[in-house]
Amino acid sequence: MTVKEAAAALQLSLLCGDDSREITGVYVGDLLSRCMSRVEEGDLWITIMANINAVAVAALTDPALIVFCEDVEIGDDVLAKASENGIAIARSAQDAYALCVAYASIGGAAS
Amino acid sequence: MSEAVKFHFDVDGSDFSSAGAASVMVKKKLRQLGYPPEVIRKVSIAMYEGEINMVIHANGGAADVEVYDDEIVIILSDTGPGIPDVELAMQEGFSTARDNIRNLGFGAGMGLPNMKKYTDSMEIDTRIGEGTTITMRVSL
Repeated sequence: MTVKEAAAALQLSLLCGDDSREITGVYVGDLLSRCMSRVEEGDLWITIMANINAVAVAALTDPALIVFCEDVEIGDDVLAKASENGIAIARSAQDAYALCVAYASIGGAAS
Repeated sequence: MSEAVKFHFDVDGSDFSSAGAASVMVKKKLRQLGYPPEVIRKVSIAMYEGEINMVIHANGGAADVEVYDDEIVIILSDTGPGIPDVELAMQEGFSTARDNIRNLGFGAGMGLPNMKKYTDSMEIDTRIGEGTTITMRVSL
């Protein structure tokens, strides 16, 4: 499923990035050192850590999409850095568990 | 043997938001040079953790990456406080990072263990009050 399809099905607000990429897995986590070693290329990465360091982690791990969940505030600096690095970012009001359940129910799978 | 490709970066210790910039740059360069994704991943993770450590603990430092025919060597050096107990610092979950750092998603005590895990060798040369130099090697 592509970023665009997932965003539509999960009612995500896509804020920046390429929505044509294929999502190939899922990772949920906020501790960036852990995420650094666990987020895989093509993942849907669900986190509340909406800061510029999360964007750096994404620049290195190359997820298809970061979803900042629970309607956390996302600074302009975060979006600017993400755009600069070609990273797709979306926002959701739901929490990580609800997003995972919803994603699984539309046929999404973890890698 | 062909000459090594070398990269040098100054890691700015005052700017937490730019931490990781050197690692992202190295990742891009290694991609351009055509290295396999798993090698790039190892180098990126190890270097990023080291960069973050230098920003959190040592007010920045220098990062050098040397690409040889058979290995990639990452040398991170700082003039920070040094690591009093390396064995303790190497334990997963041990961290001396402050709360404001933890709030940013760091300080989980994963940095040095990740650096060791994702490289084929890691040497720590640390002197209290003088600084730390970490040399990591990823075999090709």
